[in-house]
Amino acid sequence: MTSLGIQNIPRNKYYNWIIKNLFSSWTNSLITIVALIFLYEIGSFFLNWAIFSADFRVNFKGEAIVDRTYCSKNIMPGEYGACWAIIYARWNQFMYGLYPIEEAWRVNFVYALLPLAIIGILFDKIPFRKYFIYFTFIFPFIAYFMLYGGPGLSVVGTNKWGGLLVTLFLGVTGIGLAFPLSIILALGRRSKMPIIKSLCVVFIEFIRGVPLITLLFTANVMLPLFLPDGVNPDNLLRALVAVTLFQSAYMAEAIRGGLQAIPKGQIEAAQSLGLNYWQTTRKIILPQALKIAIPPIVNTCIGLFKDTSLVLIIGLFDLLGIGRAALADMTWTKLYYEVYVFISLVFFLFCFGMSRYSLYLEKKLKTDNS
Amino acid sequence: MSTEQVIQLEKVNKWYDDFHVLKDIDLVVEKGQKIVICGPSGSGKSTMIRCINRLEAHQNGTIIVHGTELTNDLKNIDIIRKNVGMVFQQFNLFPHLSVLDNISLAPIWVKKMPKKEAEEVAMAYLEKVKIPEQAQKFPGQLSGGQQQRVAIARSLAMNPDIMLFDEPTSALDPEMIKEVLDVMIQLAEEGMTMLVVTHEMGFAKTVADQMIFMDEGRIVEQARPEDFFNNPKSDRTKLFLSQILNH
Repeated sequence: MTSLGIQNIPRNKYYNWIIKNLFSSWTNSLITIVALIFLYEIGSFFLNWAIFSADFRVNFKGEAIVDRTYCSKNIMPGEYGACWAIIYARWNQFMYGLYPIEEAWRVNFVYALLPLAIIGILFDKIPFRKYFIYFTFIFPFIAYFMLYGGPGLSVVGTNKWGGLLVTLFLGVTGIGLAFPLSIILALGRRSKMPIIKSLCVVFIEFIRGVPLITLLFTANVMLPLFLPDGVNPDNLLRALVAVTLFQSAYMAEAIRGGLQAIPKGQIEAAQSLGLNYWQTTRKIILPQALKIAIPPIVNTCIGLFKDTSLVLIIGLFDLLGIGRAALADMTWTKLYYEVYVFISLVFFLFCFGMSRYSLYLEKKLKTDNS
Repeated sequence: MSTEQVIQLEKVNKWYDDFHVLKDIDLVVEKGQKIVICGPSGSGKSTMIRCINRLEAHQNGTIIVHGTELTNDLKNIDIIRKNVGMVFQQFNLFPHLSVLDNISLAPIWVKKMPKKEAEEVAMAYLEKVKIPEQAQKFPGQLSGGQQQRVAIARSLAMNPDIMLFDEPTSALDPEMIKEVLDVMIQLAEEGMTMLVVTHEMGFAKTVADQMIFMDEGRIVEQARPEDFFNNPKSDRTKLFLSQILNH
């Protein structure tokens, strides 16, 4: 004879977890069911649109898609989903902008080196880390030479750069340059020297007080006014200046938060051992402050990476700009969803990567010295 | 016994805004002397010893350490800090560095000692405070008593001739106080010049050459421990001692 008690013994840990978390009460069960239906509807709709009923390079008749009229969904409206052929057709522009296609290998070369250049900074337990760090400092020069050209390579003006190249250039260089600048600003803001302090405060507050678009316009229009005659930085460089300043102000505030969290006793202990200001800052304060500041720093980096798309307003073609240009092309017009979903996916991959890295780092630093 | 004066404070005054923390402090410390400073909280005892290595700046009067006067001159401050070690109530170990790195940091960066040598020095001092096996751990993994002993080792690794102790056992659980005091007694026996702010009167009786009682920013009484404990002169001292010894 089986008693009810025996039947109620949970069969395994998954079953246990599900009962406990999803069906613990009738309201909980109701919410779970509604949410599952909702997820199913959305998910199946999206997957169907993006994959199962979508065209990639050929339509349902098996013809190669050369313009939008070949898309299955334009031949049989309502039956078919996305038409990804636009992404294939415009792939080179998405990746390189108007970079001459016979020179695109140079961009690919830089793309391939980029992970090697940042791996040494991101991870501290990899073999040969020292050499990776050296490479990090050489990389900008290699990248500049490869991308812009010089002796032995034809010059490709930045007006030809576009797509992911511009997005990554502004994002990576902007973050890379802003980082040291933001540390100086954050330290300056806490300086006991009134002039340095007020300069930093004014700079940070001014930059934080205006929208990035304003800075981009300002850099675009006004930067030449501040520079001597004949020096005429190109548009991309102007945008880079604006982006770097913007990012450094936000990062500086994130770092300042970290600095404030360091107990005064740490500084006193370092001082009592005879360490000077810079030694104390470098060996004691910054390692601890930056660790605390990682989540907000990564937050600002993610924000900046996405904000780079604002440069389309000053005539630069980043990923989003190239996407909009593709949509303006009569051959492919009206394929909005495909283009925006693709661009979102690219941005998401980078931002999600940064976010996961931040989590990894928090976890690692916690176990390192708890 | 030599009578080389290593610390001289003359008419030292200090204010925090309107609050007069140190009032005309005169103090002479001779080489090898152990001075225990006690007094109620807010009496200025911590502030006084923190002025000696310039963690706090005094506003007037003179402080001379090893013949170097403490002024705003950073060079003098550096010289003095290299010769004066300090141990804090809250240990103030560097949480992001291993025990070994905590101790070898200053020898490497301030004394420009090669890393290997600095680590040997660090290990030697860890042996001295009896926790060499903790070298690779991080401060957060140690007990309070162990942390304070690391802090003492860290300070000693700079080879100072004067050690300042700012309530070194006040943040410790009772069962850990002894292990720290034992290290301090050992240090005293080796002839270190020590200024110790503490309420551990047993320790004071064991090691002190001089007792100082401070109240409201003044040195109220300074005496040899036998006089200090047996027939204190001021009523304030008597009251304080009766409270602290009978609790």
